Amino acid sequence: MALSWLLLILLALAVIGFFAGRSRALASAGGNVRDLHSLPSYYGYNVALTALVPAVGVLIVWLLAQPMIVNSTVSSLIPDQAVPEGSERGLIMSEVRRVAYGLDGAVASGAMTETQAQNGNADIEALTKTLKDAGQVLTQDITQPILVAAQKFRSMTSTGTVAMQVVVLALALLGAAFAYLRTHKEFRARNVVEQGVLALLLLAASIAILTTIGIVLSMLFETMNFFQLHSWKDFFFGSTWAPNFRGGSELSILPLLWGTLYISVIALLVAVPIGLFAAIYLSEYASGVTRSVAKPLLEILAGIPTIVYGLFALLTVGPALVSMFGDGGALGVGWMASSNAVLTAGLVMGIMLIPFVSSLSDDIINAVPQSMRDGSLGLGATHSETVRNVILPAALPGIVGAILLAASRAIGETMIVVMAAGAIAKFSGNPFEAMTTITTRIVSQLTGDTDFASPETLVAFALGLTLFIITLGLNIFALYIVRKYREQYE
Amino acid sequence: MNDMTRVERTVDSKAIKIAANNVQVYYGDTHAIKDVDVQIEDKTVTAFIGPSGCGKSTFLRCLNRMNDTIDICRVEGDILLDGEDIYDKRVDPVQLRAKVGMVFQKPNPFPKSIYDNVAYGPRIHGLAKSKSELDDIVEKSLRRAAIWDEVKDRLDAPGTGLSGGQQQRLCIARAVATEPEVLLMDEPCSALDPIATAQVEELIDELRSRYSVVIVTHSMQQAARVSQKTAFFHLGNLVEFGETGQIFTNPEDPRTESYITGRIG
Repeated sequence: MALSWLLLILLALAVIGFFAGRSRALASAGGNVRDLHSLPSYYGYNVALTALVPAVGVLIVWLLAQPMIVNSTVSSLIPDQAVPEGSERGLIMSEVRRVAYGLDGAVASGAMTETQAQNGNADIEALTKTLKDAGQVLTQDITQPILVAAQKFRSMTSTGTVAMQVVVLALALLGAAFAYLRTHKEFRARNVVEQGVLALLLLAASIAILTTIGIVLSMLFETMNFFQLHSWKDFFFGSTWAPNFRGGSELSILPLLWGTLYISVIALLVAVPIGLFAAIYLSEYASGVTRSVAKPLLEILAGIPTIVYGLFALLTVGPALVSMFGDGGALGVGWMASSNAVLTAGLVMGIMLIPFVSSLSDDIINAVPQSMRDGSLGLGATHSETVRNVILPAALPGIVGAILLAASRAIGETMIVVMAAGAIAKFSGNPFEAMTTITTRIVSQLTGDTDFASPETLVAFALGLTLFIITLGLNIFALYIVRKYREQYE
Repeated sequence: MNDMTRVERTVDSKAIKIAANNVQVYYGDTHAIKDVDVQIEDKTVTAFIGPSGCGKSTFLRCLNRMNDTIDICRVEGDILLDGEDIYDKRVDPVQLRAKVGMVFQKPNPFPKSIYDNVAYGPRIHGLAKSKSELDDIVEKSLRRAAIWDEVKDRLDAPGTGLSGGQQQRLCIARAVATEPEVLLMDEPCSALDPIATAQVEELIDELRSRYSVVIVTHSMQQAARVSQKTAFFHLGNLVEFGETGQIFTNPEDPRTESYITGRIG
């Protein structure tokens, strides 16, 4: 029985349970809805949910756990000498799985009988031929241990699946029966359903949080692998970034961090004044009509994919800057050799951040109570004096928070810097030179033909984790500031 | 509080500070104020009373052109301050508001220190040449608002940290610091408890010696306690304007009588 059938049966059970529970509740009240504790449909939902939720929960856990258990059991069956020199147990296991699926496919297409597939002493050459004739994919010759393992794999999987179906269906029936028998006009179905809904919401929230923890942990393990292969002193305190896939790399984060921070600072120098002034105009001066047109237009900027900003940098901003600061350019200074430069990436990233800063600041400025404005205007202050002396100081903590959030976006931004910043890791104060950032190096270390056992690849995880910690710190700090000063007006 | 000064109604004629003639105010299509004529005397407390929505606050806000900040609001007619039309094109509303100070219904100290709150107006208008002069203005204003003794040791503390009554007196000190000629108060005690209200009322009575005070209030007892002149507004019309004692003891208009005896409102 396929999984989809199982799910359909569960659903059908839930629907039947719904109507059964509903009518039983009505019957217990003699058909008078007002005698019931809850609305009739609550009794139905109670039966349906009690049938469905535990069964589906067990189903999901089972589906996740079964392959792991089967894999580890079967894997321990393969003797060490069956693993060839230079190969790994994991590779053999994937071959075992392939044979097992091949046998499944062959049985399903009628190329062999179930008894043949389960025959542990089968002639291997004949078996290979049968499988290949049946159109099943085999990458290497089947050996006796692999065949035995594959047969064990098949039997465990099929037993597991049957057991799962029995358990899940039994659970669903038990749940439905339990809830159905409890259904009575005095039963507080509404409260029980409410608790069930609460549990579902809680589950959704905890999945989101657990995923974050999972991401961090996976990064953490790879990072620990990296630090076993490479000195942490060189990573944190070295001065050179020179990955070399033949070994002997110098992998220091500092030049990359410098590039990241330099580009981010330029981006913020562009985004903060423009975004803040735009926010002040929109929230304080613009008429309702202007505001209703300009604000969505500004927020369109936020919806542009960053790769498009990268193209804009590569094709428009970079060449424009070169034609101004490059050799024979408008200024005749010859400072800029190529369009890949810190300045290009910083400018374009700044443009990307404008709507981010302006929309957050706009909300914060609007949150300053009207009574503050009245108070200042009533004392004979002009509008701009009011903005400068009362509104901005009152909104400042929030604006600082917005800027920090923008900074953490700038630090984590990838596509623009990949396309516009260049690939040279160095310490330099010259904004017309190419530089590189942490994110671009992560991309370049992980793309292409990589060996996940070398420090040159694993460094990407260490870089990623460091970046994650930096931006997480910035975000927490920003949120702390925003929250701390939020209730100042009241 | 000296009850004698509160009961006493000085009737000697004083200079007219603000004269409003035939004032009409529109909010979009709504005719909010109809044909209002009022003479507000110098060094007098004038109370505006009337049921909610009768236009008394709107009219008050016309006197320092705070209604200019509302887009849909339109004012017609003449309002003369010392004989000059405040709605004349040559008049800068910003300068006008320095002369006609305002205290609002809800205490609205800026999220700054007590000192900076009071020094705000003088700094904007350049009233102090030096730091010590500014210190003097701040102290004088806080004394006039009868809050100096409570805050003199913590001038650097945020103004938002004071109690409601203290905040309102701070706002009065802030308004007084710009040396206005007229002080407009829009229900200044509606957010305060009875003790703070008594303090502010006492203060209003003291302010009368230097300023012309116009106060909007929902409390008829308050109007009777603090004001010399009372104007009763109803549905955008000025129904009756006269001596406070006269209005409360012997009103001419039946609507005024109904309102002060609690039959309408």
